[in-house]
Amino acid sequence: MKEDFDNEMKLEFISKSSNEAFARAALAAFAAQLDPTIEELSDIKTAVSEAVTNCIIHGYENKQGIVKIMARLKEDEIIIEISDKGKGIENIDMAKEPLYTTKPNLERSGMGFTIMESFMDTMEIESIVGLGTKITMSKKIKPKNQEEEDNEFQMITKQ
Amino acid sequence: METKFYEKDKLLVLKITEEIDDHNVKKIRGKADYEIERYMPKKVILDFDSVTFMDSAGIGLIIGRYKFAKIIGAKLEVANLSKNVQRIFEMSGILKLVPIWDVSQLDILSN
Ligand SMILES: Nc1ncnc2c1ncn2[C@@H]1O[C@H](COP(=O)(O)OP(=O)(O)OP(=O)(O)O)[C@@H](O)[C@H]1O
Ligand SMILES: [Mg+2]
Repeated sequence: MKEDFDNEMKLEFISKSSNEAFARAALAAFAAQLDPTIEELSDIKTAVSEAVTNCIIHGYENKQGIVKIMARLKEDEIIIEISDKGKGIENIDMAKEPLYTTKPNLERSGMGFTIMESFMDTMEIESIVGLGTKITMSKKIKPKNQEEEDNEFQMITKQ
Repeated sequence: METKFYEKDKLLVLKITEEIDDHNVKKIRGKADYEIERYMPKKVILDFDSVTFMDSAGIGLIIGRYKFAKIIGAKLEVANLSKNVQRIFEMSGILKLVPIWDVSQLDILSN
């Protein structure tokens, strides 16, 4: 039987905040196979960072747990699932609202889901209180024309 | 973070050199508040020139520093925003409270 995707990876790590940088770097390296622009890569890193941070600070509330990531490449698209087995979300519609946060005292702004939605093409939340939360996001990497590639090359060589 | 204080203008420039996420933000926040309290400036500039990554933790960082600066009577502005950083700030509406500082003013400052 042939799978209906081109590539797949899985990642598991404990809910330590120092793993946020690790997770977004790993996903960026995996997404690089689709030849994204620097900007597309930065969008993916930001969205991953938001979802992973949410698992750590809201899902597990800084107690130890496992964060799982599964990512697939299918043609020109990357599909990313990020999940925890933490406390879950009571009201998903409310959680998605910009500026809604249950932790304002920690200088959280309530913009995480809004950022994931706008930096990726799709974003879905599944959550059961007491069992955990799973975020599924996808993004299509646009085919590049020569001009964009030239610009990108100039940007890299300038740095 | 790199700190520069312009005595004559009572201007404090805090250049953030870390990636801004939930993990690093605690350290950045502590250092920034320490410097603001130490220099008691009239204006604080957060310089994002060396910031290679930022997520929503950056919005909380700005709102928190805005409030802290206000307590000591200082204004907060931001400088050298990358496209990505600017987009995140615009989404949150924070730039209405914290304006973007005109970097060209740096030439006319003296220590
Ligand atoms: N994995 C999760 N487990 C439990 N609750 C969650 C999870 N992710 C999000 N939430 C809930 O949804 C709310 C909104 O999340 P969102 O990421 O938009 O904002 P935030 O994390 O509070 O702030 P910010 O991301 O701007 O720092 C959170 O305050 C929290 O109550
Ligand atoms: Mg969040």
